[in-house]
Amino acid sequence: MNKYTERIYNGLIKENPSMVLMLGMCPTLAVTTSAKNGLGMGLSTLVVLIASNVIISMMRKIIPNEVRLPAEIVIVASLVTIVELATQAYLPGLYKSLGIFIPLIVVNCIILGRAEAYALKNPPLLSAFDGLGMGLGFTFALTILGIIRELLGAGTVFGIQILPASVSPVAIFVKAPGAFIVLAFMVAIMNAIGMKTRANKMVEGCDGCCASCNSACSKKEEV
Amino acid sequence: MSLMLIIVTTALVNNVVLSQFLGICSFLGVSKNVKTSASLGAAVIFVMTIASAVASFIYDLILVPLDLDYLKTIVFILVIAALVQIVEMFLKKSSPAIYEALGIFLPLITTNCAVLGVALTNVQDGYNFIQSVTAGFGTACGYTLSIILLAGIREHMDEDSVPGPFKGAPLVLISAALMAIAFMGFSGLAI
Repeated sequence: MNKYTERIYNGLIKENPSMVLMLGMCPTLAVTTSAKNGLGMGLSTLVVLIASNVIISMMRKIIPNEVRLPAEIVIVASLVTIVELATQAYLPGLYKSLGIFIPLIVVNCIILGRAEAYALKNPPLLSAFDGLGMGLGFTFALTILGIIRELLGAGTVFGIQILPASVSPVAIFVKAPGAFIVLAFMVAIMNAIGMKTRANKMVEGCDGCCASCNSACSKKEEV
Repeated sequence: MSLMLIIVTTALVNNVVLSQFLGICSFLGVSKNVKTSASLGAAVIFVMTIASAVASFIYDLILVPLDLDYLKTIVFILVIAALVQIVEMFLKKSSPAIYEALGIFLPLITTNCAVLGVALTNVQDGYNFIQSVTAGFGTACGYTLSIILLAGIREHMDEDSVPGPFKGAPLVLISAALMAIAFMGFSGLAI
């Protein structure tokens, strides 16, 4: 396996951002009410992630260390605005159902996290593959969650009727509580089969999401 | 729409964590005990109210007249990040006691999607300045309420015997789900 395919394997399986690293939980829970929404959110994030990784990696020698966070945020916010306007123009249905979560890609921990952890230290092409891997992993996880919730909650997958009409779907799964329940069971299954995730660390605090959470936590330890 | 209605809607009916899914990271991460979550809640109320005011002010007076409202995401995130820094420096100088209590949470709030989310929602709903401040305050109260409630539940869960795989994160998520079901009851209050 060369280092480019290794990046994709890493993002998709080994360090899957949603399932293993537990990053970007807000969109993971919020937009997975249907398989289509999950896929759309995943792909929007994928586009931003590849572009931001490439740009930040190309600028890694110019950006001074002290202002790297604001610089990264400006780059990511510009890309998100582009994606937002493009979705609004070409996919108005998706834009409406994802709503506020498209602009909120800016604060998705995966994007700043990868910029900090990978793009700032590696050349552009490799960073692009890292973004592709992580983005695919995120898309994969969101689509799976979306399929499960849509199947249980509405009896359909991608809008196609799967469950027979005689089975009445459990509507709670497409409502807010369903997101927590499905995620709880997924983490429990991964615990049961001994897969390592950071989920349990996350609820202990201090191992939460992103760059600035970590800095907040390191300060807390000093106090 | 009366201001009281905005507070009830943002704090209970559309609870920011349990029905909008904003700020999940800190909701799950900083809810181990009631005291810490209460101070995080206080910090969020403080920052979110100010951030809503500043964002609404900038949007109405600068972005809209200049026809730049498509830049709102970039402007809001920078304004919020800068604002948190200023608030942190100001508190450090003027009231060290409050800084001691809230200080460690302030950087965490910068990337809390709830703050940016509220600023963007206010604009989307076409709220004026007063309504935006009220909505920011109401949302933050809803956040504080739910994180304190979850912390209260988690403090009592330590001694309970749960099936092995459900220990830790799954149990917290299930508690959050049950809270979300309870909060769905408030949707009857919506107009």
